[in-house]
Amino acid sequence: MENNGGLNPDNGTTGEHFNLRLFIAGSSPVSARAIKNIRDICEEFLKNRYTLEIIDAHQQPLLVKDENVTAIPMLIKKTPSPKKRLIGDFSNLEKVLLGLGIR
Amino acid sequence: MAKTKKQPEASAIGAISKTLTGISGLDEITLGGLPTGRPTLICGEAGSGKTLFSIEFIVKGALDYNEPGVFMAFEEKADELKTNVASLGFDLDKLEKEKKIRLDYVHIDRSEIEETGEYDLEGLFIRLGYAIDSIGAKRVVLDTIENLFSGLKNEGILRAEIRRLFQFLKSKGVTAVITGERGEKSLTRQGLEEYVSDCVILLDHRIINQISTRRLRIVKYRGSVHGTNEYPFLIDDEGISVLPVTSLELNKKVSSDSISSGVPALDKMLGNAGFFRGSSILASGTAGTGKTSIAASFANATCLRNEKCLFFAFEESPKQIIRNMRSIGMDLQKHVDKGKLEFYASRPTLFGLEMHLVAIHKAIRKFKPDVVILDPITNLITIGSVSEVKTMLVRLIDFLQTEQITVMFTALTLNNIVNEQTDEGVSSLVDAWLLIRDIENNGERNRGLYIMKSRGMKHSNQIREFIITDKGLDLVDVFLTEDGVLTGSAREARLLLEQTGEIIHEQAISRKDRELIRKRKVLESKIDSLRSEYESAEEELNKVYVEEALKKQIMGDTLSKMTDLRRANVSAQEKSISKKGKK
Repeated sequence: MENNGGLNPDNGTTGEHFNLRLFIAGSSPVSARAIKNIRDICEEFLKNRYTLEIIDAHQQPLLVKDENVTAIPMLIKKTPSPKKRLIGDFSNLEKVLLGLGIR
Repeated sequence: MAKTKKQPEASAIGAISKTLTGISGLDEITLGGLPTGRPTLICGEAGSGKTLFSIEFIVKGALDYNEPGVFMAFEEKADELKTNVASLGFDLDKLEKEKKIRLDYVHIDRSEIEETGEYDLEGLFIRLGYAIDSIGAKRVVLDTIENLFSGLKNEGILRAEIRRLFQFLKSKGVTAVITGERGEKSLTRQGLEEYVSDCVILLDHRIINQISTRRLRIVKYRGSVHGTNEYPFLIDDEGISVLPVTSLELNKKVSSDSISSGVPALDKMLGNAGFFRGSSILASGTAGTGKTSIAASFANATCLRNEKCLFFAFEESPKQIIRNMRSIGMDLQKHVDKGKLEFYASRPTLFGLEMHLVAIHKAIRKFKPDVVILDPITNLITIGSVSEVKTMLVRLIDFLQTEQITVMFTALTLNNIVNEQTDEGVSSLVDAWLLIRDIENNGERNRGLYIMKSRGMKHSNQIREFIITDKGLDLVDVFLTEDGVLTGSAREARLLLEQTGEIIHEQAISRKDRELIRKRKVLESKIDSLRSEYESAEEELNKVYVEEALKKQIMGDTLSKMTDLRRANVSAQEKSISKKGKK
């Protein structure tokens, strides 16, 4: 993991509340990895100001359609705007932070 | 209906089973439709009709074959799609409510997406799987899956996932249509043909001489025979119609029924009957020789027989034709009103030749006429080469003959020399060929008509003068004199001359007759006088004879008297002697 000291002066404790929704598919290794990675990132950068909803796409296909989910795992950042979608297992921290707009 | 049609074929041949698309013409080319339970790739350039093709596959499946379908759009939003196809009369909303189709718009906005690591397209699979299962879909369309490539960067994942997607579709047992944009070197930009190997259809939209023609070709169809040509197709308010071109066999049924041409004198030239039903007739001639009039008169006769006629006008508008024909005593409007006659007017340059053919086919199939008229085919040459026009007409004649429809073409010949071929080279294709010639003579132009050929019929070899009167068309005998063929006023003059001659001749004859009678009378009276002369001479002669006889007699008498007298003396003596003796 990269050293990102100095990138987040307030260490994520202040600012807007993040509404996140993560779509995964069952218990595939990628999904498990994705859940772990995003949880770690959120805990580190968005501590106490995020809601992470984890949805198993297989269980809720209608929601998959409504949310226009294609690739999985997919993290949808509902707020704050702009709405963003992050796909992959979130192993690229740089990109995750960029996607979430933390940087 | 579809199933009963499909199954026997599949089992009979033992080949792969096929799913009817419902797209007119395509099922004929593919001999039964697309491969059931397998994906078919439809590729073509932008605007070549891929989306329409696939949506029609879904809608026809839902409506006509009771096969629900899923349409997954990667390009157009569901609403846009609905609006776009509403013009074709497809009500997607209603079908969706009836659970016959399911639309799903998959949209990937690159700016919205951040790729943060390994992923797959399970979401897409779940959506598709759910859509298929929720309505029991038998058909699936993915339009255009290549759009994923513009949304997602990781090509390696995409390719693997697309391969998996096709496996997934096959495992679901759905008949799928995947569209793809045509690439520069390959059939599709992303080489989708690698994944779809069962059936590939290529749509093409070519512009030649500013006129566009849509064509379709089946690039491959594994495990099935199929038409390999390029087939023109048309997109109009009823969707797609592909033209399955020539059935190359010449085994159409023929009729020996004849139908009137509408000109009694022409019928007489054609073995007293007219044209054969289901035959093709060409009426060619120079400008203004009355080709359209002949065609209209044929149409008129058809409608009067209570048959249906479809008139393709490539030069004049229907109203114009009706007006013009009224001037020569034909009321076509009446037939139009009754629905016996239908005009189909279009400028040849409206669309390409093939499109015309498709349009003509469609119109014919819809109206089901007994007689079709194309006036004139010459104008078609402006949009295609001679050989193209010829091929088109061969196909058309072919089609019409199978349908037992009589067709009359008119064609313009551009010069006065009687050429053995018309410009379109169709003369060898047609069964009967009427040629109308200009005969220029005496400072006027007249029309001469003759029958160049008429297959299977004893036809007249005479050039007849073709006249257009306000009562219709007629053919009159031309005068063949030592000065050549006389027509028009020269013919009239000749006729007059001959009539005068006849009267004079008649007069001369009667005068001679009278003279003869007079002569006879004179002779007779002469004979009479001679006879009386003879009689008087005879009488004279007779008188002499009689006199002579009388004289002779009298003389004889007198002589005898005299002798008697002399003898009397003797006898008196004797008497007296005897008297004396007695005493």
